[in-house]
Amino acid sequence: MDIVSLIAAKANYWTYVILLMVGLYAMVAKNNLVKKIVGMVIFQTAVILFYVSIGYKKGGTLPIIMHGHDHGHGVDSFIKAADYINPLPHVLMLTAIVVGVATLGVALALAIKVYQEYGTLEEDEIRKQIELKG
Amino acid sequence: MTFFDGDSSLISNLPAIVVTLPLFASLIAGFLGWKNRKAPYPIAAVALFLTFISSVVLMIQVMSTGVAIEYRMAGWAAPVGIVYVIDHLSALVILLITSIAFVNFIANKSNIDTVFRNKAGAFNSLYLLFTAGLLGMTATGDAFNLYVLMEIASLSGYALIGLGSNRAPLSTLNYLFLGTIGATFYLLGVGYIYIATGSLNMADIASIMPKILDSSMILFAFIICMVGLLIKMAIFPLHGWLPNAYSESANVAAGLIAPLTTKVTIYIMIRICLTLFTPQYTFDYLNTSDLMVWLAIGTIIFGSLSALAQKDYKRMLTYIIIAEVGYMVGGFFLGNRIGVSGAILHIVNDAAMTLALFMAAGIFMWKTGEESQESLKGMFAKMPFTMAGFTVAALSVVGVPPTCGFFSKWYLISGGIAAGQYFFVAALIFSSLVNAILFFRIFEIAHFEPFKDHHHHSSNHSNKGEEASAHDTHEQTIKEAPLGMLIPFMAVSILLVVLGLYSGQIVNNIINFAIPSSIL
Repeated sequence: MDIVSLIAAKANYWTYVILLMVGLYAMVAKNNLVKKIVGMVIFQTAVILFYVSIGYKKGGTLPIIMHGHDHGHGVDSFIKAADYINPLPHVLMLTAIVVGVATLGVALALAIKVYQEYGTLEEDEIRKQIELKG
Repeated sequence: MTFFDGDSSLISNLPAIVVTLPLFASLIAGFLGWKNRKAPYPIAAVALFLTFISSVVLMIQVMSTGVAIEYRMAGWAAPVGIVYVIDHLSALVILLITSIAFVNFIANKSNIDTVFRNKAGAFNSLYLLFTAGLLGMTATGDAFNLYVLMEIASLSGYALIGLGSNRAPLSTLNYLFLGTIGATFYLLGVGYIYIATGSLNMADIASIMPKILDSSMILFAFIICMVGLLIKMAIFPLHGWLPNAYSESANVAAGLIAPLTTKVTIYIMIRICLTLFTPQYTFDYLNTSDLMVWLAIGTIIFGSLSALAQKDYKRMLTYIIIAEVGYMVGGFFLGNRIGVSGAILHIVNDAAMTLALFMAAGIFMWKTGEESQESLKGMFAKMPFTMAGFTVAALSVVGVPPTCGFFSKWYLISGGIAAGQYFFVAALIFSSLVNAILFFRIFEIAHFEPFKDHHHHSSNHSNKGEEASAHDTHEQTIKEAPLGMLIPFMAVSILLVVLGLYSGQIVNNIINFAIPSSIL
């Protein structure tokens, strides 16, 4: 009972930690290079989801301020920060997503080069070939 | 702090120019390279030279005014906007980056022309992009901006290394996996810092830090940021990616990446510990010194012993780099003024020494087409000037006065004694002895064993053939390196002595101002 509520209260953190571990496991334990790359993407996505979730506030709405032009004058323009979700982590993650895509692109390009060199993407087979070549 | 926002003069915008100049030149060089493969090199050379001049001006500016320059991007003040902060420490590292990037680029002109003949646009563009990324990492005062620039430098670094030998893509992919884990851990740490402080500006976070010293969130952020950076700087036992990636990259790429990547990452670690988490938290509250110094000792011993086991010259250098990482991390975490000064001085000296050693590797490779130590037989007679320069660099790594390696090692050892970390002192001395064995072994081969013909070997090294093929005809009569390579190399070796002779001034006039007064 206690444990359930503990997990439920911090569900976003649990989700990101589990995803992070799934990604890390794939990067360390998988034999296929593309599967490792997929693991890397999961790993990065976990942190992106973590950032997105920390911007959220219960009952918060989009951070768009209506009638913002008369700020400081009318009663309508009184802004409570608690009413709006925090947009900054989301904006940061737009950049992080771009970084993630670029990393994925470089990784796949390298995987293509590896395949051209060894004719396989399985790490143990590549290692065998390297040992044979000396 | 002096503020320069709203001022449009060239000088006042230098902190931004020093980063954006190589960035835009990288785009231009990349596009022009599609049409004309001769165009990118001069553009990149001019851009790197202008960046170097800008960094010199920045250094003079900081030294003459004695205060940090805070540059507000687009005029937004901190903590809302992103600021670039040029203080004594970042100005020194920026000067180091630009000078190494420029010298290595000029020295390797013929290498770039032959090895990257068909990839001129891509190579020059990546070279500039990597430099821009490192400069941005050094200049920025914003924790998230640092992540983005770190990834710009890393991604272009992966691509540069991947352009090397046929085996390079696989090693690069392993480097990319570990580098991404490191950077993502750092990003995660920044997330927790943001939750705890609501800020991403380093100075702003530091001002909040005294109130939240006992926050478990900050502790987790500190640990995870450090682990991320330690992976990226290849500390033992997280070093696995470095030797393969560096030794299989092309010489010109290794000459840029090997001196700078680990050193700039160590700078970032120092910056994060001092400017963001504050020395009070890092040294007094957490008392990280013992653990980190032991990690450093492990790295030094492991790196030195592994270097002994290598037959290949470039691979040996990569393990020396790992050992040197231990010097700097250990020196910094001694936590006293002498140790931290030694670590910062060693960032400068080690980058210069590594550059000289990799330039020598480039010259040997250019001449013999081989990388084994055996291929250096009889080199003293054949290439006296190159070998003289190489000797200076080697003595500097060993730590013989008056070369610069001696002085930073002296600071590190004195710091170790002052902090009572005698095992660290012992590890430093052990590593110096191992370095002496390593380089005197090469001297012996190069000096006393007669020159042998390497021609019949080049076919065995088909993966290096690209660099060697152009010079097969010279194999019988190896002479001194071409002047375009030799002059920059000699300049760097002389610089090693000059840095040594002026190390007192560097510490008194620059590094002293870079260390917060709370560190005694």
